[in-house]
Amino acid sequence: MARAGRPAPSGAKDQVARLLTLVPYLHSHPEVRLDQTAEAVGSTPEQVVKDLGVLFMCGLPGGYPDDLIDVDLDALEDPEEGGLRLEGVIRVSNADYLARPLRLTPTEASAIIVALRAMRGTAPDDTREVVDRALAKLEAAAASTPGGTALVEPGADDDSAAVRLRASLEDAVARQRQVRLTYYVPARDEESERVVDPRGVITANGVAYLDAWCHSAEAPRLFRLDRIHEAAVLDSAVETAPEPPRDLSDGLFQRSQETTLVTLELQPPARWVIEYYQVEAVRPVRGRGRASSRARGSGPVQVDMLVADHRWLLRLLMRLAPHAKVVSPPELDQEFRDTAQRTLRQYASDA
Amino acid sequence: MDDDTGAPAPAGGASRKSERLLNLLIMLLVQRHYVSKERIRAILYPDSRPDAFEKMFERDKEELRSLGVPIEVGSIDPLFDDEPGYRISPDQFALPDVRLTADEAAVVGLATRVWEHARLADATTDAVRKLTAAGVEVDVSALDLVEPRLSADEPAFDVFWDATQARQEVEFDYQRPGFEKPSRRHLQPWGVVRHAGRWYVLGLDTDRNEERVFRLSRVVGEATRVGAPGAYEIPDGVDLRETTRRLAPTQVVVEATLLLRKGAGATLRRAASSVANDVPGPDSDSPWDRVVVRADRLADDLLALGPDVVVEAPEGLREELLARLRATVGAA
Repeated sequence: MARAGRPAPSGAKDQVARLLTLVPYLHSHPEVRLDQTAEAVGSTPEQVVKDLGVLFMCGLPGGYPDDLIDVDLDALEDPEEGGLRLEGVIRVSNADYLARPLRLTPTEASAIIVALRAMRGTAPDDTREVVDRALAKLEAAAASTPGGTALVEPGADDDSAAVRLRASLEDAVARQRQVRLTYYVPARDEESERVVDPRGVITANGVAYLDAWCHSAEAPRLFRLDRIHEAAVLDSAVETAPEPPRDLSDGLFQRSQETTLVTLELQPPARWVIEYYQVEAVRPVRGRGRASSRARGSGPVQVDMLVADHRWLLRLLMRLAPHAKVVSPPELDQEFRDTAQRTLRQYASDA
Repeated sequence: MDDDTGAPAPAGGASRKSERLLNLLIMLLVQRHYVSKERIRAILYPDSRPDAFEKMFERDKEELRSLGVPIEVGSIDPLFDDEPGYRISPDQFALPDVRLTADEAAVVGLATRVWEHARLADATTDAVRKLTAAGVEVDVSALDLVEPRLSADEPAFDVFWDATQARQEVEFDYQRPGFEKPSRRHLQPWGVVRHAGRWYVLGLDTDRNEERVFRLSRVVGEATRVGAPGAYEIPDGVDLRETTRRLAPTQVVVEATLLLRKGAGATLRRAASSVANDVPGPDSDSPWDRVVVRADRLADDLLALGPDVVVEAPEGLREELLARLRATVGAA
């Protein structure tokens, strides 16, 4: 294997994996129909019949006819049409040694346990107890997995209000209903109301956004979920053709807006900006501070950013005060200091 | 979807191979004792030449093991341990009995919707299918519970997840903000934690021989697993929750009394415990309201509002804001 990760897919291996789930399913659900079975095991009726065809050729190593697993394939085929009988009942016998499903792989065990831990973090008090019970049983079942499950802690930083907001937006997407948003626009420090046609909820850099057609802007817009103060799903159907939500893997912003290239100087307490916002370049500031602190990365840095809205930048600089300043363009630095001066004056007036 | 030689499989080739794999599995599962290679060859690979048999048998074993089938190797005759035998213990093979109540089964069904990461979403679904196959009836309609979402878009996430599970050292380039270049690091990962929507890995930094936490979004390029799996033990008492607590800034919730310009500070107003409208303010450009709010880390949010907010109390918050504003103005 050249790379770590999954080995190359093998049709036979996948088929065996399907059979190791299919046979126990049929064992615990006697007299089940073909179409129901296909749905339950996440397959198609055609594939289920093909897989059963393989099973038909398997059995105990004795080589006697009685040793083979018995599958009633005739019940699933339509002799007249040559097709499948979806309502045909699947009967498998002589396969008791495969009655139990294969234990969970380490990845399966870890994935489901971490998912449940995340649910525990956001569940309301009365359902948290249910999640705990399910989690305890699965952790016990996974204890037999060799190597155990991975140590993974999903955290609990989503609150249940945020989880509910997301669910109602996704419900609106699925039912193609319009949503009335009360949205906070930080650049203007304003709540705005608008009706949108929701397209989907997407995540980039750990932040969730609603992608929607905004009827106020008459354009597609991204709305940060943590800035949506209210969302009412309306009875009215969306007016624009549904589109899949956009792919944010290449960054959040298209460069079509009119932007200004701004250079900021950030002291260490303001350095989080580099990771939180999209920046064009980062340079250590030369000639100041001790060489050793520059080498450790603890000195000031200059960053270049493309800024579409000056009011947004001004609020960011005020938030960072006094650990940031504008290197260029200089008039923006003056605007920042004037704002700080005006703010300071508000306190002088009531002294 | 063909054989792993890369060549197209002849018609029926894949299903013949499936039959062979499944028959091998059944043969090893139903025997009480180790089965010799000779017997396996005679029954399941009767037409193959010795070297072809060795190759096929090795590959078949590996494929079954990669599905999670525990094939044990042991000695058939304790006195002559030169001939290995093979078996699958039914207890090791099968999922232990899991009995879920209806509400627990509903919770488990919802878990399939949590991961926004294709591989782990599939793994969760596969796990639930196995439980369903064991007779657990999963029903997602009955519960008043909305599932959270776990995304993991950091490219290094899979490597660290797998390495944590395999106990395998990872080599990667790490970019700390403000440094000119990324630096090459080596870590024995102990666990992966999520905080504020981002993933971190905790482990032993083998270059420094110290415990370290790395943020996965700062890993540059491809992280690679190096060294053998199972190369180290995770120390007792590693507490991932404690790690997330260290990542989280300590909360300092204060109750503050603010003068807010009419129309400003919508987010603060939503969190307010009381609002008194139209009170005297520091300027007469607009009406002002007095707002009482309890919140964590107010200073940054208040500074962002500029001259539209004035802190009346507490004194400590007021002093912090004034000091930061004076430093900004004085630095000109």
